[in-house]
Amino acid sequence: MLGLTLKETARVLNEGSVTAAELCAACVARARQVQQLNVFITETYDMAGQQAAESTLRHRQGSRLHVLDGIPVTIKDAFSTAGIRTTCSSRILRDYVPPYNATMVQRLVDRGAVLLGKTNMDEFAMGSGSVDSIFGPVRNPWKYNFQTRHQEQDSQPIRDSCHDLKPKSMQMRTMHHHVTSTEDSDWFITGGSSGGSAVAVAAGICKAALGSDTGGSVRNPASYCGVVGLKPTYGLLSRHGLIPLVNSLDVPGIFTRCVDDAVIMLGALAGHDPKDSTTVSDPFQPFSLPEHIDITRLHVGIPKEYHAPHLSEETLSTWKRAADMLEDAGARVSQVSLPHTPYSIVCYSVLCAAEVASNMARYDGLEFGHRGSDHSSTEALYAQTRHEGFNDVVRGRILAGNYFLLKRHYDHYFTQAQRIRRLIANDFRKVFEGGVDILLTPTTLSPARSYRWFVQADNRTRTEQEDVFTQPVNLAGIPAVNVPVSLSEDGLPIGLQLIGQSFQEKTLLTAAKWLEQQVNFPHLQLPDPSEMS
Amino acid sequence: MASSAHKFCVERILLSCRRSLRTCSRSYAKAKTKKDHTSPLPGGWQGRVGLEIHAQISSNSKLFSGSQVQFSAPPNTLVSPLDASLPGTLPVLNRRCVEAGVLTALALNCHINRRSLFDRKHYFYADLPAGYQITQQRLPLAVNGHMTFDVYDESRSQRQVLKSCQVRIKQLQLEQDSGKSLHDQENGEVLVDLNRAGVALMEIVTEPDMVDGAEAAAMVKELQLILQALGTCDGNMSEGSMRVDANISVSRSNEELGTRAEVKNINSAKFVQKAIEYEMQRQIRVLEGAGEVEEETRYFDWKAGKTISLRDKEQRHDYRYMPEPNLPPLIVYTDATSPRGMQDSVVNIDRIREQMPELPDTTRRRLVEKYGIQFQHSVALVGEGLVEYFETLIDVKGKGRDPRSAASWVLTDLLEQLHKRSLTFQECSVTASKLGEIVDLVGMGTISKSTGKKSVVLYKAHMLQLTCPTKYIFCWIFSQILGLLFDGDNRSLSQIIEENEWAQIRDEETLGRICDDILEKHTELVEAYRKGNVKVVNRLMGEVQKATNRCAEPTVTSRVLKLKLEEH
Repeated sequence: MLGLTLKETARVLNEGSVTAAELCAACVARARQVQQLNVFITETYDMAGQQAAESTLRHRQGSRLHVLDGIPVTIKDAFSTAGIRTTCSSRILRDYVPPYNATMVQRLVDRGAVLLGKTNMDEFAMGSGSVDSIFGPVRNPWKYNFQTRHQEQDSQPIRDSCHDLKPKSMQMRTMHHHVTSTEDSDWFITGGSSGGSAVAVAAGICKAALGSDTGGSVRNPASYCGVVGLKPTYGLLSRHGLIPLVNSLDVPGIFTRCVDDAVIMLGALAGHDPKDSTTVSDPFQPFSLPEHIDITRLHVGIPKEYHAPHLSEETLSTWKRAADMLEDAGARVSQVSLPHTPYSIVCYSVLCAAEVASNMARYDGLEFGHRGSDHSSTEALYAQTRHEGFNDVVRGRILAGNYFLLKRHYDHYFTQAQRIRRLIANDFRKVFEGGVDILLTPTTLSPARSYRWFVQADNRTRTEQEDVFTQPVNLAGIPAVNVPVSLSEDGLPIGLQLIGQSFQEKTLLTAAKWLEQQVNFPHLQLPDPSEMS
Repeated sequence: MASSAHKFCVERILLSCRRSLRTCSRSYAKAKTKKDHTSPLPGGWQGRVGLEIHAQISSNSKLFSGSQVQFSAPPNTLVSPLDASLPGTLPVLNRRCVEAGVLTALALNCHINRRSLFDRKHYFYADLPAGYQITQQRLPLAVNGHMTFDVYDESRSQRQVLKSCQVRIKQLQLEQDSGKSLHDQENGEVLVDLNRAGVALMEIVTEPDMVDGAEAAAMVKELQLILQALGTCDGNMSEGSMRVDANISVSRSNEELGTRAEVKNINSAKFVQKAIEYEMQRQIRVLEGAGEVEEETRYFDWKAGKTISLRDKEQRHDYRYMPEPNLPPLIVYTDATSPRGMQDSVVNIDRIREQMPELPDTTRRRLVEKYGIQFQHSVALVGEGLVEYFETLIDVKGKGRDPRSAASWVLTDLLEQLHKRSLTFQECSVTASKLGEIVDLVGMGTISKSTGKKSVVLYKAHMLQLTCPTKYIFCWIFSQILGLLFDGDNRSLSQIIEENEWAQIRDEETLGRICDDILEKHTELVEAYRKGNVKVVNRLMGEVQKATNRCAEPTVTSRVLKLKLEEH
């Protein structure tokens, strides 16, 4: 049952052949089986058991709340959960327990979903590897050698072992102290920042997971972990309770095994929230996708600027093959231009840093979170609290952001970045106005890289490389989805990104489902947990 | 007496008409705001004052959260996750606060921006949980208004208009208040109360159109009355519902504006005046000593009567303003632009304009024109918030109470009782109709008009801001009854009068007996009268009043007394 999709699982639960409690137990067993991957920051297995028991009862009584009733889910640790600590992988929030649920969490709870835990991520979602977490890096399940590492895991607990945060070089970073030996660094990164949620779905721990996508933080790990990762239109899903990275770019995102599952999740989560003034007021009409899809009237654009310098051969050929498939099936495929794409990552960096500087100002140790011990003055307390609480990536972005927002720099950086943002949004708008329905691009430059390779450059360098194809979409506020398409020669997933028009999720996901049907992606198969023990 | 008062009223009306005409012509020629009166500063110095007034919007809940607003609630009991800036919380704009802002802006003749924006203003302070304040820096709710007000001559007992002024309103913006910090020096602790954090403020910014402290104080008082009339702010400066920052500069006449110093957080109109007067003198001293005025932030130490530099890095603060990304632009509509089907959920300027109440300046003129009361009384009634009380008092069906007397009853007897007990008008337990009953008892002759002490001096001492009618003399029994009612006496008026034997004595026979008694006791006075000293009648009258507990009807008593004197 761990290999089933959400849709299939809902059916067996409804039929009664499997109970929510049995399913939950199996998922917990799987989570324990793959514990080395460091998926969770906080496990909520007891609560999940409780929720599953209640769901089982509802199914027996024939009073299922929703198709999600009894479905195990996981949630990125950036979403506030009432009574469950919410850390954003940061020391400053390590013991922070929110008094309220994020709207996305509440909607899942209200529909009977079973919450297994809060997933690991880059600190405050700043990163694209899920390696910069105080709880240690998340590991990609693909090509991961579980057997040999099994013993090591028992003696070396990974979780919650953060202490002595030594300042790291900005140029070259050392291995995270969670990674104990050179051999131990020989595994693949998950991508990020929502790496934990991507792995949770890929490894079969849950049927769906919540992430957040500011510059690619859902699509990037979805691509590396071989799952569907949807970034909906800005304003369609509520951000209330999502600890922000960049308010004007952040979007709650959805991880599932297949496109149909993403559609179910979207139907459960989308729509106006009075607690988030940036959500659209028009009611969202949930939809489902047909099994037989006709793409002959679909116009697919291939943006030439996405043929970037460091694009790997394998990714490029996967992209080309997908374009050919579409054309062969009767879709109109044409090359288009998004001329301002090269400026996008710089624009993103400025806007991101500026909002980070502002958003992080509240972490002063007074109302909540970590508080330093230097009480000699309020300023000294702030300085120590924030130095201890944030990693160097966060501190670096705060510094840069405050620089950009200074009165004498504001026009030169912030206003300029906003102008470029508009140009980028206009690029997309023009292409869509020209009759293109969706765009097809790579999601990342290559399949997942090894941890050893990844940490040879700093967070900023890696983020600029990793987000190159994904962040323009955030700047434009439009929806996009990663669809796993094939495996590389090394056996790692390669995903492609489809980009749609604002609030045209149905068109976007219809095309995504068609692609998914054609490629028949080989999902990760892990041995049954019962066989392992 | 009556006719002269009446004559004075007519003059007032004419004067007030002239005034309003002046006001009109002024608003057409806005550029020529003032300078037709000279600054009182010595040595050819010219002062300039611009004000930034923070007015707390009267609203049940905060600007961006559902938390309640209440003064003096236990610390940190009115704090939502947003007010404490818990991560992930988002601001949701309170429509009531926007409506209050629009109504106020309309009253101040502002242009309402159909689209305005919110910004974040960053600084670190213990009572600012988010590390930024949400305000409207780039594009505020309203701009380019103006307001007129009179400066009264406070030095004389008659409240005369010294000059009429107009000040331009630069902008009106919505913003959040901060929390409160309490510095416990003894324990080296800072205590933070977030009850006020996130409460809605209107910041009203004027151009530097005022020349001295008196003008600025008069402007603040008039604004206070306007806000109270609108119901958008209670104007209570002692509770901090209205706080004033004054930008003060001096320069040689006809020169450009001097360097300004900002005096922050002044919490009464009187201190506005004092702070400005002190600060101008200080700046003149500095400049005449060939020094330079520093552009800095100061505060007013009211105990010392001085402004003191905060020596704070704050003036060098770069607030790193940034658009607030969680709030879409604030759009206000008109009847013509209001989206169909959403009329009830949007802010509509035309609908709000319809709710515009009468503003203080109009009320003052109306009271004079409609009721013929003195302009000073009208100013006092408006200034004390007694208009409704006054109008209820005189507007009783079938009982046309004399407005001029009624104004006096309210402004003297009623206010005396309130001030004696340090009560505000809101805490007044005697209703207008009850007061009216006592007034009627005097009118019907049930109780005597006989006077007691002259209380004017006492009254004046209580009223720092209000100049009262000088010639009014209290009716003694009336005050006694009113005093009992304020003390919570809930007997009926007739019971009170009966049990205290306060009913007026007008029966000639009874008065004759009393007069006989008095004359017998004061044979020396009777003797003096016989010798032609008619003045002793007054002393004898006084003795009769004393003997009757001031209940003898004066006219009858006087006649009876004179008759008896002749008989003797």
